[in-house]
Amino acid sequence: MNKQDKFREEVKKVRRLVCIVFVSMMSVAGVLVYVMIDPELSFFRVFIPREKVYETNATVQEDDYDKIENGIHVRTGLVEAEGLMTVVNNCTNCHSAKLITQNRMTKERWVTTIRWMQETQNLWDLGANEDIIIDYLVQNYPPRKKGRRQGLGNINWYKLK
Amino acid sequence: MKRRHFVKKGTLISLSALLGTDIVFGTTLPEGYELLGLQDPDPFKMFEKDREMEVLNDKPWNIESKAHLIDDAVTPNKYMFVRNNGIIPENIDEETWSVSFDGESVVNAKTYTLRELKSKFRHYTYQLVLECGGNGRNEFDPPAKGNQWKVGAVSCARWTGVRMKDILEDVGVKDNAVYIGYHSADTHLSGDPDKEPISRGMPIQKAYQEETLLAFKMNGEDIPLVHGFPLRLIAGGWPASVSGKWIRRISIRDKVHDGAKMTGDAYRVPCRPVEPGAKVREEDMCIIESMPVKSLITYPRSGAILEQGRPLQIRGHAWAGELEVVDMEYSIDFGATWKKAKLQKPVNRLAWQQFSASIDFPKTGYYEVWAKATDALGQSQPMVVPGWNPKGYLNNACHRIAVKIV
Repeated sequence: MNKQDKFREEVKKVRRLVCIVFVSMMSVAGVLVYVMIDPELSFFRVFIPREKVYETNATVQEDDYDKIENGIHVRTGLVEAEGLMTVVNNCTNCHSAKLITQNRMTKERWVTTIRWMQETQNLWDLGANEDIIIDYLVQNYPPRKKGRRQGLGNINWYKLK
Repeated sequence: MKRRHFVKKGTLISLSALLGTDIVFGTTLPEGYELLGLQDPDPFKMFEKDREMEVLNDKPWNIESKAHLIDDAVTPNKYMFVRNNGIIPENIDEETWSVSFDGESVVNAKTYTLRELKSKFRHYTYQLVLECGGNGRNEFDPPAKGNQWKVGAVSCARWTGVRMKDILEDVGVKDNAVYIGYHSADTHLSGDPDKEPISRGMPIQKAYQEETLLAFKMNGEDIPLVHGFPLRLIAGGWPASVSGKWIRRISIRDKVHDGAKMTGDAYRVPCRPVEPGAKVREEDMCIIESMPVKSLITYPRSGAILEQGRPLQIRGHAWAGELEVVDMEYSIDFGATWKKAKLQKPVNRLAWQQFSASIDFPKTGYYEVWAKATDALGQSQPMVVPGWNPKGYLNNACHRIAVKIV
Protein backbone atom coordinates (compact mmCIF):
# COMPACT_ATOMS: atom_id res chain seq x y z
CA MET A 1 0.00 0.00 0.00
CA ASN A 2 1.63 3.27 -1.05
CA LYS A 3 1.21 6.64 0.51
CA GLN A 4 -1.39 7.81 -2.01
CA ASP A 5 -3.60 4.81 -1.39
CA LYS A 6 -3.28 5.30 2.30
CA PHE A 7 -4.24 8.97 1.91
CA ARG A 8 -7.30 8.00 -0.17
CA GLU A 9 -8.27 5.50 2.51
CA GLU A 10 -8.05 8.21 5.17
CA VAL A 11 -10.13 10.62 3.08
CA LYS A 12 -12.78 7.94 2.60
CA LYS A 13 -12.87 7.29 6.35
CA VAL A 14 -13.20 10.98 7.11
CA ARG A 15 -15.92 11.36 4.50
CA ARG A 16 -17.81 8.41 5.94
CA LEU A 17 -17.51 9.85 9.42
CA VAL A 18 -18.70 13.22 8.26
CA CYS A 19 -21.62 11.56 6.52
CA ILE A 20 -22.58 9.61 9.63
CA VAL A 21 -22.31 12.69 11.81
CA PHE A 22 -24.34 14.71 9.31
CA VAL A 23 -27.06 12.10 8.98
CA SER A 24 -27.36 11.64 12.73
CA MET A 25 -27.45 15.36 13.31
CA MET A 26 -30.16 15.72 10.69
CA SER A 27 -32.20 12.93 12.27
CA VAL A 28 -31.84 14.45 15.73
CA ALA A 29 -32.77 17.82 14.29
CA GLY A 30 -35.73 16.23 12.50
CA VAL A 31 -36.98 14.59 15.68
CA LEU A 32 -36.53 17.82 17.63
CA VAL A 33 -38.39 19.84 15.03
CA TYR A 34 -41.20 17.27 15.06
CA VAL A 35 -41.38 17.32 18.86
CA MET A 36 -41.51 21.09 18.70
CA ILE A 37 -44.45 20.97 16.30
CA ASP A 38 -46.26 18.08 17.94
CA PRO A 39 -44.99 17.87 21.54
CA GLU A 40 -47.41 15.08 22.44
CA LEU A 41 -46.32 12.89 19.52
CA SER A 42 -50.03 12.39 18.98
CA PHE A 43 -49.55 11.74 15.27
CA PHE A 44 -47.94 8.40 16.07
CA ARG A 45 -50.31 7.54 18.85
CA VAL A 46 -53.47 7.89 16.80
CA PHE A 47 -51.84 6.37 13.78
CA ILE A 48 -52.41 2.69 14.54
CA PRO A 49 -55.88 2.52 16.12
CA ARG A 50 -57.33 4.87 13.55
CA GLU A 51 -56.31 3.00 10.42
CA LYS A 52 -59.93 3.02 9.31
CA VAL A 53 -59.94 6.79 9.29
CA TYR A 54 -57.53 6.64 6.38
CA GLU A 55 -59.95 4.69 4.25
CA THR A 56 -62.84 7.00 4.99
CA ASN A 57 -60.78 10.12 4.50
CA ALA A 58 -59.35 8.78 1.28
CA THR A 59 -62.77 7.96 -0.15
CA VAL A 60 -64.25 11.23 0.98
CA GLN A 61 -61.39 13.11 -0.62
CA GLU A 62 -61.98 11.49 -3.97
CA ASP A 63 -65.75 11.80 -3.69
CA ASP A 64 -67.78 14.34 -5.42
CA TYR A 65 -70.10 16.27 -3.11
CA ASP A 66 -73.27 14.39 -4.09
CA LYS A 67 -71.89 10.86 -4.24
CA ILE A 68 -74.37 7.96 -4.19
CA GLU A 69 -73.30 4.72 -2.55
CA ASN A 70 -75.51 1.60 -2.40
CA GLY A 71 -78.52 3.67 -3.34
CA ILE A 72 -77.90 6.20 -0.56
CA HIS A 73 -76.93 9.84 -0.99
CA VAL A 74 -73.85 9.74 1.22
CA ARG A 75 -73.87 13.33 2.41
CA THR A 76 -77.46 13.24 3.72
CA GLY A 77 -78.32 9.56 4.11
CA LEU A 78 -81.40 9.99 1.90
CA VAL A 79 -82.48 7.24 -0.50
CA GLU A 80 -81.49 7.82 -4.12
CA ALA A 81 -84.68 8.17 -6.14
CA GLU A 82 -86.47 10.62 -8.35
CA GLY A 83 -86.67 13.98 -6.62
CA LEU A 84 -83.67 13.40 -4.34
CA MET A 85 -81.90 16.67 -5.09
CA THR A 86 -85.12 18.67 -4.86
CA VAL A 87 -85.57 17.24 -1.37
CA VAL A 88 -81.93 17.91 -0.44
CA ASN A 89 -82.15 21.49 -1.66
CA ASN A 90 -85.47 22.35 -0.03
CA CYS A 91 -85.58 20.22 3.09
CA THR A 92 -82.10 20.23 4.61
CA ASN A 93 -81.50 23.96 4.92
CA CYS A 94 -83.14 24.32 8.31
CA HIS A 95 -83.06 20.79 9.70
CA SER A 96 -80.95 17.69 9.29
CA ALA A 97 -81.87 15.03 6.74
CA LYS A 98 -81.90 12.69 9.72
CA LEU A 99 -85.29 14.15 10.62
CA ILE A 100 -86.60 12.82 7.28
CA THR A 101 -84.88 9.43 7.32
CA GLN A 102 -86.10 8.68 10.86
CA ASN A 103 -89.69 9.30 9.90
CA ARG A 104 -92.30 7.40 7.91
CA MET A 105 -95.63 8.91 6.96
CA THR A 106 -98.56 8.65 4.60
CA LYS A 107 -99.03 11.25 1.88
CA GLU A 108 -101.58 13.09 3.97
CA ARG A 109 -99.24 13.32 6.95
CA TRP A 110 -96.22 14.40 4.87
CA VAL A 111 -98.37 17.16 3.38
CA THR A 112 -99.56 18.18 6.86
CA THR A 113 -95.94 18.30 8.02
CA ILE A 114 -94.97 20.56 5.12
CA ARG A 115 -97.93 22.85 5.85
CA TRP A 116 -96.94 23.00 9.50
CA MET A 117 -93.40 23.98 8.53
CA GLN A 118 -94.76 26.63 6.17
CA GLU A 119 -97.15 28.04 8.75
CA THR A 120 -94.85 28.03 11.76
CA GLN A 121 -91.24 27.36 10.76
CA ASN A 122 -90.62 29.78 7.86
CA LEU A 123 -90.57 27.13 5.12
CA TRP A 124 -91.02 28.83 1.74
CA ASP A 125 -93.68 28.12 -0.90
CA LEU A 126 -92.40 25.04 -2.70
CA GLY A 127 -94.24 25.76 -5.96
CA ALA A 128 -93.85 23.06 -8.60
CA ASN A 129 -91.31 21.30 -6.38
CA GLU A 130 -93.95 20.40 -3.83
CA ASP A 131 -95.34 17.47 -5.83
CA ILE A 132 -91.82 16.20 -6.55
CA ILE A 133 -90.95 16.35 -2.84
CA ILE A 134 -94.16 14.72 -1.67
CA ASP A 135 -93.90 11.94 -4.26
CA TYR A 136 -90.32 11.28 -3.19
CA LEU A 137 -91.27 11.14 0.51
CA VAL A 138 -94.31 8.94 0.03
CA GLN A 139 -92.41 6.60 -2.28
CA ASN A 140 -89.34 6.23 -0.09
CA TYR A 141 -90.53 6.89 3.44
CA PRO A 142 -94.00 5.31 3.73
CA PRO A 143 -95.24 3.99 7.09
CA ARG A 144 -94.21 0.45 8.06
CA LYS A 145 -96.58 -1.79 10.00
CA LYS A 146 -95.28 -2.33 13.51
CA GLY A 147 -98.33 -3.73 15.28
CA ARG A 148 -98.97 -3.16 18.94
CA ARG A 149 -95.51 -4.32 20.07
CA GLN A 150 -92.54 -5.44 18.01
CA GLY A 151 -90.22 -8.31 18.89
CA LEU A 152 -86.86 -7.49 20.47
CA GLY A 153 -84.69 -7.01 17.39
CA ASN A 154 -80.96 -6.44 16.93
CA ILE A 155 -79.97 -8.40 20.01
CA ASN A 156 -76.25 -8.23 20.57
CA TRP A 157 -75.57 -11.49 22.41
CA TYR A 158 -72.68 -11.56 24.89
CA LYS A 159 -71.48 -13.83 27.71
CA LEU A 160 -72.37 -12.26 31.04
CA LYS A 161 -69.41 -12.43 33.42
CA MET B 1 -39.00 17.24 5.00
CA LYS B 2 -39.46 20.10 2.62
CA ARG B 3 -40.25 23.59 3.66
CA ARG B 4 -43.78 23.58 2.31
CA HIS B 5 -44.51 20.54 4.45
CA PHE B 6 -43.55 22.55 7.48
CA VAL B 7 -45.96 25.24 6.39
CA LYS B 8 -48.68 22.68 5.78
CA LYS B 9 -48.01 21.06 9.15
CA GLY B 10 -48.44 24.50 10.73
CA THR B 11 -51.87 24.90 9.13
CA LEU B 12 -52.75 21.38 10.21
CA ILE B 13 -51.91 22.22 13.80
CA SER B 14 -54.35 25.10 13.80
CA LEU B 15 -57.00 22.91 12.13
CA SER B 16 -56.30 20.20 14.69
CA ALA B 17 -56.77 22.72 17.48
CA LEU B 18 -60.16 23.67 16.01
CA LEU B 19 -61.22 20.05 15.83
CA GLY B 20 -59.76 19.22 19.22
CA THR B 21 -58.04 16.20 17.69
CA ASP B 22 -55.27 15.34 15.28
CA ILE B 23 -55.83 15.10 11.57
CA VAL B 24 -54.38 11.73 10.71
CA PHE B 25 -52.86 11.76 7.19
CA GLY B 26 -53.44 15.47 7.20
CA THR B 27 -50.40 15.89 5.00
CA THR B 28 -52.19 14.15 2.14
CA LEU B 29 -55.14 16.55 2.30
CA PRO B 30 -55.82 18.11 -1.08
CA GLU B 31 -55.63 21.88 -1.04
CA GLY B 32 -58.89 23.67 -0.43
CA TYR B 33 -60.65 20.57 0.92
CA GLU B 34 -63.00 21.39 3.78
CA LEU B 35 -62.76 18.84 6.54
CA LEU B 36 -66.03 17.09 7.35
CA GLY B 37 -65.17 17.45 11.00
CA LEU B 38 -65.24 21.21 10.67
CA GLN B 39 -68.47 21.23 8.72
CA ASP B 40 -69.99 18.93 11.24
CA PRO B 41 -68.14 18.79 14.55
CA ASP B 42 -67.87 15.60 16.58
CA PRO B 43 -70.89 15.77 18.92
CA PHE B 44 -69.42 13.30 21.41
CA LYS B 45 -66.37 15.48 21.96
CA MET B 46 -68.28 18.73 21.74
CA PHE B 47 -70.86 17.73 24.37
CA GLU B 48 -68.61 15.30 26.31
CA LYS B 49 -70.92 12.38 25.63
CA ASP B 50 -70.10 8.69 25.61
CA ARG B 51 -69.60 7.26 22.13
CA GLU B 52 -72.26 4.60 22.75
CA MET B 53 -74.89 7.35 22.72
CA GLU B 54 -76.90 7.63 19.52
CA VAL B 55 -77.20 10.81 17.47
CA LEU B 56 -80.78 11.07 16.20
CA ASN B 57 -80.44 14.50 14.68
CA ASP B 58 -77.59 16.91 14.09
CA LYS B 59 -79.60 20.01 13.17
CA PRO B 60 -80.80 20.56 15.81
CA TRP B 61 -78.72 18.31 18.04
CA ASN B 62 -80.67 15.40 19.51
CA ILE B 63 -78.79 12.52 21.10
CA GLU B 64 -80.22 9.60 23.01
CA SER B 65 -78.81 7.32 25.66
CA LYS B 66 -79.30 3.57 26.09
CA ALA B 67 -80.87 1.68 28.98
CA HIS B 68 -77.61 0.05 30.06
CA LEU B 69 -75.76 3.39 30.01
CA ILE B 70 -78.08 5.10 32.48
CA ASP B 71 -77.35 2.60 35.24
CA ASP B 72 -76.14 5.19 37.79
CA ALA B 73 -78.65 6.45 40.36
CA VAL B 74 -77.45 9.96 39.47
CA THR B 75 -77.03 10.32 35.71
CA PRO B 76 -73.61 11.73 34.76
CA ASN B 77 -73.42 14.20 31.88
CA LYS B 78 -71.77 11.71 29.54
CA TYR B 79 -74.87 9.49 29.56
CA MET B 80 -77.50 12.24 29.61
CA PHE B 81 -79.70 12.57 26.53
CA VAL B 82 -79.66 15.81 24.55
CA ARG B 83 -82.85 17.40 23.22
CA ASN B 84 -82.81 20.64 21.28
CA ASN B 85 -85.46 22.51 19.34
CA GLY B 86 -83.19 25.25 18.08
CA ILE B 87 -79.59 26.30 17.83
CA ILE B 88 -77.50 26.21 21.00
CA PRO B 89 -76.48 29.75 22.05
CA GLU B 90 -72.82 30.71 21.89
CA ASN B 91 -70.47 33.02 23.78
CA ILE B 92 -72.41 33.01 27.01
CA ASP B 93 -71.03 35.38 29.63
CA GLU B 94 -71.96 34.13 33.07
CA GLU B 95 -70.87 37.43 34.66
CA THR B 96 -73.39 39.54 32.75
CA TRP B 97 -76.19 36.97 32.53
CA SER B 98 -79.52 38.13 33.90
CA VAL B 99 -83.08 36.89 34.07
CA SER B 100 -86.17 39.12 33.94
CA PHE B 101 -89.59 38.53 35.42
CA ASP B 102 -92.54 40.11 33.61
CA GLY B 103 -96.02 39.25 32.33
CA GLU B 104 -99.63 40.27 32.95
CA SER B 105 -99.65 38.84 36.46
CA VAL B 106 -96.37 40.09 37.88
CA VAL B 107 -96.63 42.69 40.67
CA ASN B 108 -93.13 44.17 40.30
CA ALA B 109 -91.37 43.37 37.03
CA LYS B 110 -87.74 42.74 37.97
CA THR B 111 -84.42 41.70 36.52
CA TYR B 112 -81.88 39.73 38.54
CA THR B 113 -78.31 39.16 37.52
CA LEU B 114 -77.21 35.58 37.93
CA ARG B 115 -74.97 36.72 40.78
CA GLU B 116 -77.92 38.37 42.58
CA LEU B 117 -80.03 35.31 42.11
CA LYS B 118 -77.35 33.14 43.68
CA SER B 119 -76.71 35.46 46.63
CA LYS B 120 -80.26 36.60 47.37
CA PHE B 121 -82.04 33.25 47.52
CA ARG B 122 -81.36 30.03 49.37
CA HIS B 123 -79.92 27.15 47.37
CA TYR B 124 -81.55 23.72 47.17
CA THR B 125 -80.40 20.47 45.61
CA TYR B 126 -82.67 17.70 44.34
CA GLN B 127 -82.34 14.65 42.13
CA LEU B 128 -84.97 15.17 39.45
CA VAL B 129 -86.19 13.02 36.59
CA LEU B 130 -86.25 14.75 33.22
CA GLU B 131 -87.83 12.66 30.50
CA CYS B 132 -88.57 13.77 26.97
CA GLY B 133 -92.32 13.69 26.29
CA GLY B 134 -91.54 11.76 23.09
CA ASN B 135 -89.36 9.10 24.74
CA GLY B 136 -90.45 5.77 23.17
CA ARG B 137 -91.99 7.43 20.11
CA ASN B 138 -90.39 4.88 17.76
CA GLU B 139 -92.92 2.21 18.81
CA PHE B 140 -96.10 3.96 17.71
CA ASP B 141 -98.06 2.57 14.78
CA PRO B 142 -98.96 4.42 12.62
CA PRO B 143 -95.65 6.20 13.21
CA ALA B 144 -95.63 9.64 14.73
CA LYS B 145 -93.57 12.47 13.31
CA GLY B 146 -90.47 13.71 15.08
CA ASN B 147 -87.25 12.33 16.52
CA GLN B 148 -87.70 8.58 16.87
CA TRP B 149 -86.61 8.18 20.49
CA LYS B 150 -86.31 4.63 21.79
CA VAL B 151 -85.90 4.33 25.58
CA GLY B 152 -82.93 6.59 26.33
CA ALA B 153 -84.45 10.08 26.54
CA VAL B 154 -84.56 10.11 30.33
CA SER B 155 -82.16 11.18 33.06
CA CYS B 156 -82.04 11.86 36.78
CA ALA B 157 -79.27 14.30 37.65
CA ARG B 158 -78.66 16.26 40.83
CA TRP B 159 -79.77 19.85 40.20
CA THR B 160 -78.84 22.80 42.42
CA GLY B 161 -80.50 26.18 42.23
CA VAL B 162 -82.96 28.57 43.82
CA ARG B 163 -86.63 27.80 44.25
CA MET B 164 -88.92 29.37 41.69
CA LYS B 165 -91.43 30.02 44.48
CA ASP B 166 -88.92 32.13 46.42
CA ILE B 167 -88.39 34.36 43.39
CA LEU B 168 -92.12 34.50 42.64
CA GLU B 169 -92.72 35.67 46.21
CA ASP B 170 -90.02 38.32 45.75
CA VAL B 171 -91.47 39.76 42.54
CA GLY B 172 -95.06 39.30 43.66
CA VAL B 173 -97.72 37.36 41.80
CA LYS B 174 -101.26 38.65 41.21
CA ASP B 175 -104.25 36.47 42.13
CA ASN B 176 -105.15 36.03 38.48
CA ALA B 177 -101.86 34.25 37.63
CA VAL B 178 -102.39 30.98 35.75
CA TYR B 179 -99.10 29.99 34.19
CA ILE B 180 -95.43 30.88 33.90
CA GLY B 181 -93.71 30.83 30.50
CA TYR B 182 -89.98 30.83 29.84
CA HIS B 183 -87.94 32.60 27.16
CA SER B 184 -84.50 31.29 26.27
CA ALA B 185 -81.34 32.31 24.46
CA ASP B 186 -81.36 29.58 21.81
CA THR B 187 -82.18 30.66 18.24
CA HIS B 188 -84.59 29.39 15.61
CA LEU B 189 -83.35 26.89 13.01
CA SER B 190 -84.59 29.10 10.17
CA GLY B 191 -82.31 31.90 11.42
CA ASP B 192 -85.33 34.18 11.94
CA PRO B 193 -84.37 36.33 14.96
CA ASP B 194 -88.04 37.05 15.73
CA LYS B 195 -88.87 33.38 16.21
CA GLU B 196 -88.34 31.42 19.40
CA PRO B 197 -87.53 27.71 18.92
CA ILE B 198 -89.35 26.82 22.11
CA SER B 199 -91.02 28.81 24.88
CA ARG B 200 -93.01 26.52 27.13
CA GLY B 201 -94.01 26.71 30.76
CA MET B 202 -96.09 25.33 33.60
CA PRO B 203 -99.19 26.07 35.66
CA ILE B 204 -98.48 28.41 38.56
CA GLN B 205 -99.12 25.54 41.03
CA LYS B 206 -96.23 23.54 39.55
CA ALA B 207 -94.04 26.65 39.68
CA TYR B 208 -94.75 26.91 43.42
CA GLN B 209 -93.59 23.35 44.16
CA GLU B 210 -90.53 23.13 46.37
CA GLU B 211 -88.59 21.12 43.81
CA THR B 212 -89.16 23.56 40.93
CA LEU B 213 -85.83 25.34 40.53
CA LEU B 214 -83.96 27.90 38.55
CA ALA B 215 -80.81 25.81 38.53
CA PHE B 216 -77.20 26.78 37.96
CA LYS B 217 -75.50 23.51 38.86
CA MET B 218 -75.85 19.96 37.59
CA ASN B 219 -74.18 17.17 39.58
CA GLY B 220 -72.26 19.78 41.59
CA GLU B 221 -70.73 21.54 38.60
CA ASP B 222 -71.68 24.30 36.18
CA ILE B 223 -74.47 23.02 33.94
CA PRO B 224 -72.96 21.84 30.62
CA LEU B 225 -73.74 24.30 27.80
CA VAL B 226 -75.90 21.82 25.90
CA HIS B 227 -78.02 21.28 29.02
CA GLY B 228 -78.69 24.98 29.63
CA PHE B 229 -75.66 26.81 31.04
CA PRO B 230 -75.75 29.14 32.90
CA LEU B 231 -79.38 28.93 34.07
CA ARG B 232 -82.01 26.26 33.58
CA LEU B 233 -85.58 25.91 34.72
CA ILE B 234 -86.14 22.48 36.27
CA ALA B 235 -89.59 20.96 36.65
CA GLY B 236 -89.04 17.29 37.58
CA GLY B 237 -91.58 14.67 36.55
CA TRP B 238 -93.01 16.73 33.67
CA PRO B 239 -92.01 16.53 30.00
CA ALA B 240 -88.42 17.78 29.94
CA SER B 241 -89.42 20.55 27.52
CA VAL B 242 -90.99 22.32 30.53
CA SER B 243 -87.47 22.57 31.98
CA GLY B 244 -86.32 25.37 29.66
CA LYS B 245 -82.62 25.89 29.06
CA TRP B 246 -80.56 29.12 28.84
CA ILE B 247 -83.31 31.07 30.68
CA ARG B 248 -83.42 34.85 29.99
CA ARG B 249 -86.96 35.72 30.98
CA ILE B 250 -89.92 34.31 32.88
CA SER B 251 -93.39 35.65 32.12
CA ILE B 252 -96.08 35.29 34.75
CA ARG B 253 -99.20 34.91 32.67
CA ASP B 254 -102.90 35.43 33.36
CA LYS B 255 -103.67 32.66 30.84
CA VAL B 256 -102.06 29.42 29.70
CA HIS B 257 -98.72 30.46 28.21
CA ASP B 258 -98.95 30.63 24.41
CA GLY B 259 -95.26 30.52 23.43
CA ALA B 260 -93.71 28.28 20.78
CA LYS B 261 -94.56 24.58 21.26
CA MET B 262 -97.29 25.36 23.80
CA THR B 263 -100.02 25.46 21.14
CA GLY B 264 -101.18 23.23 18.27
CA ASP B 265 -100.35 19.58 18.86
CA ALA B 266 -96.90 20.10 20.42
CA TYR B 267 -96.55 18.33 23.76
CA ARG B 268 -100.26 17.58 23.71
CA VAL B 269 -102.24 14.34 23.59
CA PRO B 270 -105.90 13.77 22.77
CA CYS B 271 -108.05 14.71 25.79
CA ARG B 272 -110.05 11.53 25.14
CA PRO B 273 -108.61 8.26 23.77
CA VAL B 274 -108.65 7.95 19.96
CA GLU B 275 -108.19 5.10 17.51
CA PRO B 276 -104.70 4.72 15.97
CA GLY B 277 -104.18 7.13 13.10
CA ALA B 278 -107.19 9.29 13.96
CA LYS B 279 -107.24 12.97 13.09
CA VAL B 280 -107.70 14.98 16.27
CA ARG B 281 -108.94 18.56 16.25
CA GLU B 282 -106.74 21.13 17.97
CA GLU B 283 -109.31 21.92 20.62
CA ASP B 284 -109.46 18.23 21.54
CA MET B 285 -105.74 18.11 22.38
CA CYS B 286 -104.65 18.60 26.00
CA ILE B 287 -101.26 19.73 27.34
CA ILE B 288 -99.17 16.93 28.88
CA GLU B 289 -98.48 17.55 32.55
CA SER B 290 -97.12 14.79 34.81
CA MET B 291 -95.34 11.97 32.94
CA PRO B 292 -96.70 8.42 33.35
CA VAL B 293 -95.27 5.55 35.45
CA LYS B 294 -92.27 3.90 33.81
CA SER B 295 -89.17 1.82 34.51
CA LEU B 296 -85.98 0.65 32.85
CA ILE B 297 -83.79 -2.40 33.40
CA THR B 298 -80.32 -0.84 33.33
CA TYR B 299 -78.39 -4.01 34.19
CA PRO B 300 -77.66 -6.30 32.48
CA ARG B 301 -77.62 -5.01 28.93
CA SER B 302 -80.10 -6.88 26.71
CA GLY B 303 -78.51 -9.98 25.13
CA ALA B 304 -76.90 -11.54 28.20
CA ILE B 305 -75.97 -15.23 27.96
CA LEU B 306 -75.42 -17.06 31.22
CA GLU B 307 -75.04 -20.60 32.45
CA GLN B 308 -77.91 -22.42 34.03
CA GLY B 309 -77.95 -22.55 37.80
CA ARG B 310 -76.52 -19.11 38.14
CA PRO B 311 -79.07 -16.50 39.28
CA LEU B 312 -79.31 -13.31 37.24
CA GLN B 313 -79.09 -10.09 39.22
CA ILE B 314 -81.09 -7.34 37.54
CA ARG B 315 -81.40 -3.71 38.53
CA GLY B 316 -82.84 -0.47 37.21
CA HIS B 317 -84.87 2.64 37.91
CA ALA B 318 -88.59 3.36 38.20
CA TRP B 319 -90.35 6.72 38.20
CA ALA B 320 -93.89 8.04 37.93
CA GLY B 321 -93.99 11.76 37.13
CA GLU B 322 -95.51 13.59 40.11
CA LEU B 323 -96.18 10.33 41.91
CA GLU B 324 -94.13 7.77 43.76
CA VAL B 325 -93.64 4.23 42.49
CA VAL B 326 -95.05 1.84 45.10
CA ASP B 327 -94.58 -1.53 43.43
CA MET B 328 -92.05 -3.06 41.07
CA GLU B 329 -92.48 -6.45 39.41
CA TYR B 330 -90.75 -8.53 36.77
CA SER B 331 -91.81 -11.40 34.55
CA ILE B 332 -89.72 -14.01 32.72
CA ASP B 333 -92.69 -15.68 31.01
CA PHE B 334 -94.02 -12.86 28.82
CA GLY B 335 -96.27 -11.47 31.52
CA ALA B 336 -98.01 -14.73 32.50
CA THR B 337 -96.68 -14.50 36.06
CA TRP B 338 -95.08 -11.63 37.95
CA LYS B 339 -92.67 -11.55 40.87
CA LYS B 340 -91.87 -8.61 43.10
CA ALA B 341 -88.56 -6.80 42.82
CA LYS B 342 -86.92 -4.95 45.70
CA LEU B 343 -87.80 -1.27 45.40
CA GLN B 344 -86.11 1.65 47.16
CA LYS B 345 -87.71 4.88 48.28
CA PRO B 346 -86.79 7.98 46.26
CA VAL B 347 -84.04 10.19 47.81
CA ASN B 348 -86.45 13.09 47.35
CA ARG B 349 -89.81 13.66 45.65
CA LEU B 350 -89.56 13.47 41.81
CA ALA B 351 -86.34 11.40 41.87
CA TRP B 352 -86.30 7.98 40.29
CA GLN B 353 -86.20 4.90 42.52
CA GLN B 354 -83.85 1.95 42.27
CA PHE B 355 -85.07 -1.64 42.00
CA SER B 356 -83.26 -4.97 41.98
CA ALA B 357 -84.05 -8.67 41.84
CA SER B 358 -82.31 -12.01 41.70
CA ILE B 359 -83.84 -14.25 39.05
CA ASP B 360 -83.62 -18.04 38.81
CA PHE B 361 -84.42 -19.56 35.43
CA PRO B 362 -86.09 -23.00 35.41
CA LYS B 363 -84.34 -24.40 32.31
CA THR B 364 -82.07 -23.43 29.44
CA GLY B 365 -83.47 -21.40 26.61
CA TYR B 366 -84.50 -17.94 25.45
CA TYR B 367 -86.12 -15.57 27.93
CA GLU B 368 -87.25 -12.00 28.09
CA VAL B 369 -87.21 -10.14 31.37
CA TRP B 370 -90.05 -7.65 31.49
CA ALA B 371 -90.27 -4.91 34.12
CA LYS B 372 -93.46 -3.29 35.36
CA ALA B 373 -93.82 -0.42 37.81
CA THR B 374 -97.01 0.65 39.59
CA ASP B 375 -97.57 4.16 40.93
CA ALA B 376 -99.30 5.38 44.09
CA LEU B 377 -102.64 5.59 42.27
CA GLY B 378 -102.42 1.91 41.22
CA GLN B 379 -101.58 2.68 37.59
CA SER B 380 -99.13 0.22 36.01
CA GLN B 381 -97.11 0.15 32.83
CA PRO B 382 -98.90 -1.53 29.92
CA MET B 383 -97.29 -4.55 28.20
CA VAL B 384 -98.10 -3.19 24.75
CA VAL B 385 -97.74 0.32 23.40
CA PRO B 386 -100.30 2.53 25.16
CA GLY B 387 -102.97 4.70 23.55
CA TRP B 388 -101.98 6.09 20.18
CA ASN B 389 -101.65 9.85 19.90
CA PRO B 390 -100.77 11.96 16.83
CA LYS B 391 -97.34 13.09 18.06
CA GLY B 392 -96.27 9.83 19.70
CA TYR B 393 -95.90 10.95 23.30
CA LEU B 394 -96.01 9.06 26.61
CA ASN B 395 -95.04 5.54 25.55
CA ASN B 396 -94.54 3.84 28.90
CA ALA B 397 -94.85 0.23 27.71
CA CYS B 398 -92.84 -2.13 29.94
CA HIS B 399 -89.12 -2.37 29.24
CA ARG B 400 -87.82 -5.75 28.06
CA ILE B 401 -84.39 -7.35 27.86
CA ALA B 402 -83.43 -10.61 26.12
CA VAL B 403 -81.57 -13.31 28.10
CA LYS B 404 -80.29 -16.73 27.05
CA ILE B 405 -79.65 -19.52 29.56
CA VAL B 406 -77.18 -22.16 28.27
